[in-house]
Amino acid sequence: MIRVWLPAHLQNLARAAGGEVEIEVNGAVTQRSVLDALEARYPMLRGTIRDHVTQQRRPFVRFFACGEDLSHEPPDAPLPEAIASGKEPFLLVGAIAGGAGPRPARPSA
Amino acid sequence: MSKVRVLVGTRKGAFILTSDAKREQWDVAGPHFGGWEIYHLKGSPADPDRIYASQSSGWFGQLIQRSNDAGQTWEPMGNKFVYDGIPGTHQWYDGTPHPWEFKRVWHLEPSLTDPDTVYAGAEDAALFRSSDGGQTWLELSGLRGHGTGPHWQPGAGGMCLHNILLDPSDPRRIFIAISAAGAFRTDDGGETWRPINRGLRSAHIPDPTAEVGHCVHHVAMHPSRPGVLFMQKHWDVMRSDDAGDSWNEVSGNLPTDFGFTLDIHAHEPETIYVVPIKSDSEHYPPEGKLRVYRSRTGGNEWEPLTQGLPQADCYVNVLRDAMAVDSLDSCGVYFGTTGGQVYASSDAGDHWAPIVRDLPAVLSVEVQTLP
Repeated sequence: MIRVWLPAHLQNLARAAGGEVEIEVNGAVTQRSVLDALEARYPMLRGTIRDHVTQQRRPFVRFFACGEDLSHEPPDAPLPEAIASGKEPFLLVGAIAGGAGPRPARPSA
Repeated sequence: MSKVRVLVGTRKGAFILTSDAKREQWDVAGPHFGGWEIYHLKGSPADPDRIYASQSSGWFGQLIQRSNDAGQTWEPMGNKFVYDGIPGTHQWYDGTPHPWEFKRVWHLEPSLTDPDTVYAGAEDAALFRSSDGGQTWLELSGLRGHGTGPHWQPGAGGMCLHNILLDPSDPRRIFIAISAAGAFRTDDGGETWRPINRGLRSAHIPDPTAEVGHCVHHVAMHPSRPGVLFMQKHWDVMRSDDAGDSWNEVSGNLPTDFGFTLDIHAHEPETIYVVPIKSDSEHYPPEGKLRVYRSRTGGNEWEPLTQGLPQADCYVNVLRDAMAVDSLDSCGVYFGTTGGQVYASSDAGDHWAPIVRDLPAVLSVEVQTLP
């Protein structure tokens, strides 16, 4: 059983009170297989963590586990054993965002 | 007794305001989807308890929510908005080609007759349609593909399709508007489109009378007279009497012809409302006085409406989708501000009072008149 911690807005969307959800993952435990299983169990989360088509992580969502930022790891790389065994949760985190981006300022209109 | 339901989208959630026909006592429900940007929500004319909402965030992207019980409970619908075929490019701010990228849904327009059919106006500009109650979405790609798409450019608010008008007399005719491309019309249910911007003049673009490139802020139509359109352009209030084939300026004596929103009296198709805003970058009312201007002559001659509105030190904006009317005998007019106030008038604009004063910045206001 894999433990996945959801940020508050996604907890509400998935109607998963308490922060953590538990999901079954068959085969290798990777970012991709965990997210596939999570989206199968909670289809309303599709498109909120990674793009529907490209499957790329949304820029302001981060993946943390066992004290490490795994956001830039390949999606098919094995996750740490502590995640695979359920000892530690796989953390989906809404990044702190602010400041100027690389694109031109876009005031509300 | 009739009821009025006001659907308010804000930067941090949706609110539903309800009253009886007197429009004196209001019940405020919400926030729904607290913390999320609700660009727009709108009820189905064919089933008023069915409401669609566009919910988005910079973190988690776009969601579409649907209620079948007048907004008491909601279900997430499909949020897969994929451009048809090869997305192609439009112009970026620096004039270079930029690939179309889906960002959010600005406007949802339910069908006039079928509660399961709803249109979505997207940024980057495209029109999508769902025929299954919002579960799946298909692009009406004839709009982006008709030829002028590569020349469209984003306005300061993004390259958004923010206006969808369904012609009640002809189900195959749809009008849409895009900032900053202009207005477009289909006469065959969305298969083919053409720009309808003749007569628009935008002084600061290379060709002021170009076929596309105009920053149209809002377009409104009275359902009894669908060939007559009124437009608040970036600058200029415009009128068309031939379904957009040509436009004439009707800014008349407005203190500034800049603004975002515009609407039409429910029973008087020649009575129109705008909220003049100072620009180019201030985006607040001239002289700090929040004034709705009403024309009873279809434009050109305007009168300020001030009773009950702040006439000093007011520096809010009223955004493009943030005004609506009810259809009670004495027409109600409503608008929301970026300061979080929703103002209502139950006498066609003569007197105003706030329904609420302290919501998050209001992005959109829609009104349902219920039996």
